[in-house]
Amino acid sequence: MRGIQSYSAYIPYRRLERKDVAAFFGGASGKGQRAVASFDEDTTTMGFEAARLALRSVGGAEPDALWFSTAEPAYLEKSNASTIHAALRLDASATALDLSGSVRSGAGALVAALRSTDQVLVTVAGLRGGLPTSSDESDGGDGAAAILVGDDSTAPVIAEYLGGASETEEFVDRWRTPGAATTRRWEERFGETVYVPLAERAYNAALKVCELNPDQVDITVVTGNNARGVRAASNRLGAKALADNLASAVGNTGAAQFAVTLASVLDKAGPGQTIAVVALADGADALVFRTTDAISSFSPAKPVDEQIARHAAVPYGKFLSWRSMVEVEPPNRPTPSRVSSSAAARSTEWKFGFVGSKDRTTGIVHMPPQRVGISGGKTDDMEPVAEAETLATIATYTVDRLIYSESPPVIFAVLDFDGGGRFPCQLTDCDVDDIKVGTRVEMTFRRLFTADGIHNYFWKARPMGPKESV
Amino acid sequence: VSSNGIKDRVAIVGMSCTPFREHFDLGRDDLLINAADEVLKSVGVTRQDIDAYWLGMASSGSSGIVLASALKLDGKPVTRVENYCATGSEALRQASYAVASGAYDIAMAIGCDKFKDTGFSGTNANLPPNDGTARTLTAAAMYSMILPAYSKKYGVDEDELRLAVAKIAEKNHYNGARNSLAQFRKETSAEDICKMAAVAGRLSVFDCAGVADGAAAAIVVRSEDAQRYTDKPLYIKGMSVVAGDGSGLVDPEYDFTTFPEVVAAAEDAYQQAGVDDPRSQVAMAEVHDCFTPTELVLMEDLRFAERGTAWKEVLAGTYRLDGGLPVNTDGGLKSFGHPVGASGLRMHYECWLQLRGEAPENRSIQNDRKLGVVHNLGGYPGEMVSFVSVVGTEKG
Repeated sequence: MRGIQSYSAYIPYRRLERKDVAAFFGGASGKGQRAVASFDEDTTTMGFEAARLALRSVGGAEPDALWFSTAEPAYLEKSNASTIHAALRLDASATALDLSGSVRSGAGALVAALRSTDQVLVTVAGLRGGLPTSSDESDGGDGAAAILVGDDSTAPVIAEYLGGASETEEFVDRWRTPGAATTRRWEERFGETVYVPLAERAYNAALKVCELNPDQVDITVVTGNNARGVRAASNRLGAKALADNLASAVGNTGAAQFAVTLASVLDKAGPGQTIAVVALADGADALVFRTTDAISSFSPAKPVDEQIARHAAVPYGKFLSWRSMVEVEPPNRPTPSRVSSSAAARSTEWKFGFVGSKDRTTGIVHMPPQRVGISGGKTDDMEPVAEAETLATIATYTVDRLIYSESPPVIFAVLDFDGGGRFPCQLTDCDVDDIKVGTRVEMTFRRLFTADGIHNYFWKARPMGPKESV
Repeated sequence: VSSNGIKDRVAIVGMSCTPFREHFDLGRDDLLINAADEVLKSVGVTRQDIDAYWLGMASSGSSGIVLASALKLDGKPVTRVENYCATGSEALRQASYAVASGAYDIAMAIGCDKFKDTGFSGTNANLPPNDGTARTLTAAAMYSMILPAYSKKYGVDEDELRLAVAKIAEKNHYNGARNSLAQFRKETSAEDICKMAAVAGRLSVFDCAGVADGAAAAIVVRSEDAQRYTDKPLYIKGMSVVAGDGSGLVDPEYDFTTFPEVVAAAEDAYQQAGVDDPRSQVAMAEVHDCFTPTELVLMEDLRFAERGTAWKEVLAGTYRLDGGLPVNTDGGLKSFGHPVGASGLRMHYECWLQLRGEAPENRSIQNDRKLGVVHNLGGYPGEMVSFVSVVGTEKG
């Protein structure tokens, strides 16, 4: 049996109220919220967060491959999957590949993983926006999802892959040339006329492969970037029940949308449920799953509903500055220098994996890792100690309104880790009033800054939600 | 720390200090020339009479060539030293030890930094190429973490403690207002400082040292030669430097209410100088008030106050000009300004003036004790280099 062994979505902490756009610019007021990646997040960091949660839910796994898909890659030329691979501390033999560029590459990665024989961690992410007042800005959302695909010989399969079908067609509905800040689109009604038959053909073909009638499918996920096309196709598939695609709480996460929605469906699914996914992007990909008994004992690390519920607003002005749609005055401090590539390569375990060292003689944990310990340790008498999944408590903290930041002020805390070890660290996903001495935090992988086109990835801490800290 | 020290073996025979300012009209070399010429003139020697030079410079240039080319020194040993914000004191320590060793008869320590050509606010460290994981935080923010920690440890109300550290700034501004060389010469009240916007934790801009350009210098000789140059030398009683191992940032036991490097350096310097009870033996002290909470903690680390009581001593006025132990009588970093490489020498310059009775009348200390203490640090709570010296007007 082959199928889904684990999964998780990652929804960033911030939300933009759609009505705030109209409050600023005038015009018709939108409804609901969209998820907003923090200024220190990109598709790579969000993809990592989803991937780590998927692995955490199964108590760890050593996949043969990590495939990362997004239409908003942090790097071209250089791999982004390798960054996620390093942060997950996967074995060097695990193949990290970027299947990126088009929105379809997200669903495509899952299709390819299901057809493969490897255990593959499919990771998809979207960071969506558009010009101020555009529907892409308002209806888009940021987020990621990861799906661990494999045979039941490597881990229990919680949703068996029954079969699928794809349709491909060349037409221009949405496009963005490399380097362009925003996506452009053709009149939506043209795309609608193309997508509806594509969806019907792929869906019917998939059901035929699985020898199923539409009424035997318990819930159908239909996603895509042509809103009219998605609506029309949804009505034409004869689906018994359509999944909520989270448009009003998260927004359309592009390459990740099908997977974020599927994660939300799986969170609520019991055994024996048939779930179909139809992803529309320059074609149609239809996939059919049936949950197994194993899903009863599967406990998602952070269910989608919980992540949707735990959020805070981002003011529209700040959103625009985070997205480089307006430039705001930075603190009068030097901007950081680019990271040294060779220095970063020497400290991959620390920088990407957040691995410290523990003195074998004194037991003292050192972050960053040291060759010589405090308290009279010997040289090279240390063992690595992974701290990325360890929780910590704020010993003391401060707010720095002077230091350079892409989004001042910087909230900074001295963290004492459960099981020993101290690390002074920037906080994120919080406001000044959220922080107290004693606040519990977890580590999160972020982009600290970008200099000379090199992204500086490292770790920050974020406060735990009320449920998480129990 | 175990050291033999050089008690009474070396004497300062001349000192100089330029005004600390935003010297947009003076370059680094101008400041060096002005400070060097002033001290040479006061001692009555020429540049070529000085056997060796130590230049304290944190970030305005590298190598002894900076000084040698500014002063056109001919074939002289010139060494640039750098030890964060303790750089100026480090230059004096090197020069003093070199003279004490007998290698040279007369040496100059000169410190200088020129910050105001960067166009940025504050002082900004240039990190070597690195992996991008180093902490980036202003010094103000690092030191601001003292207040909540101190409050918690000693059960002091946060608002009362905030007022107490603002009183430190008030005192230092009062003193600086009486100092023509100081950068900020306006008095200000603790209450007004408390009302200002916070920039780091609860600290306002007025809790932070001024960033200035400036230079200061000292000429040192063996004590037995001192009377050839002045009838009022200032003797080196003890000098200590401790560079921390950074354990405060690793060790959860560290609580941000003390600087272990300062405690160690002070004990070493006191032991060299034969000081048992600094509170009663010291006439005045110049300490590193880079931020107001720093001076608070230093009062305890230097044993000028019992643990957990410095805030009360501050409120009681102990460290004011007319208090039991005047501290930062020249305005301190707070009011005098902080051209990093010069500051340690500037602190010794104030001891030079006060202990020898040459401070202006309106900021003269009122006791006749003979010892001064200089404390100069660089770095942050948990990770710092600390310098402490004891100087005095009498041998023995």
